[in-house]
Amino acid sequence: MDKLMTVRCGGFSRRINLSTLLRLVLALALTLLVILCSLSLGKVNLSPLAVLRILFSSADPSLTFIVEQLRFPRIFLAALVGAALSVSGLILQSIIRNPLASPDLLGITSGASAAAVLYLSFFSVALGQQFLPVAAMLGAGLATLAIYLLAWKQGASPLRLVLIGVGVSAMLTACTTFILVFSPLTTTLSAYVWLTGSVYGASWPEPLALGGWLLGICPLLVLLARQVMVQQLDDSLAQGIGVRVQWLRAGLLLVSVALAGAAIAWGGAIAFVGLIAPHIAKRLIGPGFGGQAAMAALIGATLVMLADLAGRTLFLPLDLPAGIFVAVLGTPFFLYLLIKQRH
Amino acid sequence: MPSIASRSLTLSYQRQVIIDELDMQLPKGKISVLIGSNGCGKSTLLKSFARLLKPTHGSVILDGVDIHQKSTAAVARELAILPQMPSAPEGISVRQLVSLGRYPYQSWMQQWSVEDEAMVKQALAQTGLEILADRPVDALSGGQRQRAWIAMTLAQDTGIVLLDEPTTFLDLAHQIEVLDLLRDLNRRENKTIIMVLHDLNLACRYADHMVAVHERTAFAQGRPEEVLTESLVKTVFDLNCRIIPDPFFGTPMCIPFGRDVPQ
Amino acid sequence: MSNGLKLGCAALALLLCSLLSLAVGATWIPLSQVAAAFVHPDASSISHVLVTSTRLSRTLMAIAVGASLAVAGALMQALTRNPLASPGLFGINAGASFFIILFSSVFSLSSADAWLWCAFIGAAVAGCLVWLIGNMGQGSLNPLRIVLAGAAIAALFSAFSQALLVVNQDGLDTVLFWLAGSLSERSLSVAAPLLVCSLFALLGTLLLAGQLNVLNAGEEIATGLGQRTGLIRIAMSVLIVCLAGSAVALAGSIGFVGLLVPHMVRKGLSIDHRWLLPGCALTGAVLLLLADTLARVVMLPQEVPVGVMTALFGAPFFIILARRGGRHG
Repeated sequence: MDKLMTVRCGGFSRRINLSTLLRLVLALALTLLVILCSLSLGKVNLSPLAVLRILFSSADPSLTFIVEQLRFPRIFLAALVGAALSVSGLILQSIIRNPLASPDLLGITSGASAAAVLYLSFFSVALGQQFLPVAAMLGAGLATLAIYLLAWKQGASPLRLVLIGVGVSAMLTACTTFILVFSPLTTTLSAYVWLTGSVYGASWPEPLALGGWLLGICPLLVLLARQVMVQQLDDSLAQGIGVRVQWLRAGLLLVSVALAGAAIAWGGAIAFVGLIAPHIAKRLIGPGFGGQAAMAALIGATLVMLADLAGRTLFLPLDLPAGIFVAVLGTPFFLYLLIKQRH
Repeated sequence: MPSIASRSLTLSYQRQVIIDELDMQLPKGKISVLIGSNGCGKSTLLKSFARLLKPTHGSVILDGVDIHQKSTAAVARELAILPQMPSAPEGISVRQLVSLGRYPYQSWMQQWSVEDEAMVKQALAQTGLEILADRPVDALSGGQRQRAWIAMTLAQDTGIVLLDEPTTFLDLAHQIEVLDLLRDLNRRENKTIIMVLHDLNLACRYADHMVAVHERTAFAQGRPEEVLTESLVKTVFDLNCRIIPDPFFGTPMCIPFGRDVPQ
Repeated sequence: MSNGLKLGCAALALLLCSLLSLAVGATWIPLSQVAAAFVHPDASSISHVLVTSTRLSRTLMAIAVGASLAVAGALMQALTRNPLASPGLFGINAGASFFIILFSSVFSLSSADAWLWCAFIGAAVAGCLVWLIGNMGQGSLNPLRIVLAGAAIAALFSAFSQALLVVNQDGLDTVLFWLAGSLSERSLSVAAPLLVCSLFALLGTLLLAGQLNVLNAGEEIATGLGQRTGLIRIAMSVLIVCLAGSAVALAGSIGFVGLLVPHMVRKGLSIDHRWLLPGCALTGAVLLLLADTLARVVMLPQEVPVGVMTALFGAPFFIILARRGGRHG
């Protein structure tokens, strides 16, 4: 039985699940450990102590450069991307009430990909790479808007959202392939790397930009958090207890798209994080959106960081995109959970 | 105590009229039961009372005010609905489900006030679920699960409770269990209960007021003895029967005739 | 309009589309010449040669691939009781692609024929893996489990494929075109065994059709009626792998047909599998023929991958269907 603690202070009251809190603390510790490891390993291997020395006091300038300018921004970006994608996936899975829901399904990934490939093929020569994230987010947003509008028929039911999402995603993927097939090889290569999802060559402006964006979305997420669970009830039941179902669904969808769109814009189309991490989080933490979201964020961050570490170190001197290893690392764990499932 | 009524209420679905210009008032503090054949619109009517459907014409009046002019949250504090075959989020415990009923009284700041805790405790006690409170809802029997849903509507602390076929899919013992609970709530807390039932005999036994929905309107309404007549059953259900007073409870009991018509 | 009449119309449509496919292309060959190519073949006439070799093989393959994918999709939707099931879901497309990329980069196999066999083996491996994982731990095939296992395996193989492509960039261009779905460069003699396999699998599904109706009624009902549900499920899985595997081996990743066609036929014809499966076969074949014909001419002289066409046209259709879902959607 979960131990619940009630916190009351003036006009503020909340219930806190102590076992969930404990698990989150453990997960946080694990994540910090992974960060430390990622900072230590690479083309130049450092000991964790050396890394700590570099971060908190001064040390050899070239090593400081490696840790603070090359590795840290990249790792930070990977963590933010992973966290954003998994929370986005968690929200979608609760809106759609289907365990297969993920940003990939609702056109977010395909919209961003199509826009990115379009940008890389036609505009990058003139405008440079800096507006790529903008294009990606625009693509993600437009695709989701199209899906929502098409699914609207006196309300957007979860099933219709999924079905139309599948249709629109397929169209967008076809467009992406179309452009890829007919564009010159150089564009194809860079587009393909982007499509696979890579945090290669990230420098401080990027994680800071993504971080800023996520910080902007966070308040909305926190406000809506307590309503996510109610939203999982039947529409009539939810409306009966006073939930404005359509508004809530639209709001949550908006948050989800914003999170995933931003993550994909800066990290490329890393598929699968938004699918696996929420599932793992749900197995570790019981019902209750706040706890699950925090856990999903930590798991997603860890997953992408580990994937990036693998890509950087396993095939030296090659630097492979993190997206590849996300599936490689995440799938066996996910399958293990699936097999162990009692239902 | 709020009362609920309809004024020239017209409900339609995709250009097909389900309820046509209905004027009806349901008595306060009593148990009202809607009966009718499949597809006659009784569930639709119930949903419109719960503000889940927008009428094509006319209005539903709650406490003297058109229900659609009130906000969803305001209505949720006066009226609770339990739809057919509700589904719960995966893995949720009974206590968590009942707590969801407190939603209309909570806000971001106040997520678990003293009152919330007390109401949930009371709801669990009234439905006899204290022992099962921490079990997952999926693990309960049909009757227990239905009681958990009713506990949720109780935690909502409303004057009116609407239930859409709360006893379908339950075995007879559990049906009686649920109906007895509802009658207790009506007698002790003076809650207005409005429900759709399929079983005519149980409907007669538990209802104070009965409405037969037929041909897009309330074909007959009143006390069960007045409403349930052999001719009504023939008209509404296309069924020959005999109505006799129940030997123990005195309420009308319908004995259907199929192909074997007794002499 | 009775079901039989509807099927008849579909068959007629197939015939007309086949003729269209034979006539249309970089050079337009009038129908009289097409007929002559079969009745009085003249080895010296270029048009005749074109019709009887390249275009005929392409047309036959389009028919086989379209029919196989559509029927495989219908079987999968019945097996998993999930309307979103499609050959892509079983990881078959991904497995086939991966094996091709693997063998062509590691062993430098570049002939189209070798590719065909790699794809088929890859498809079978992926299908078996998903079936094993979906089956482990609990009694009979849990529909949700299989869907999740399929998604996981598909992502895994995709990731491996992408890894290989990024590392070994030489083959990227040609593989990319094949991956997107293409019916070009396949000779009839090489494709013949796979075409035959398709045909046998299709006939097999027709035999299974009646059983599928019973299975669809629900697990307990089917067992209660005396059906050996486990056996039927295994047979279905084998047929799915054969059908979708040979389709991918022939034409690469054409993902939308298996998802969309069963929905269309279910709405337009019947959910009875004895009508549904032949309907799917015919409709799938027509759809792919039209897509391929269009792909050949819409951006002359370049060729668009067929998979792109099916998605661009199939998706709006699917969206319209989804919107018209009515009370349940």
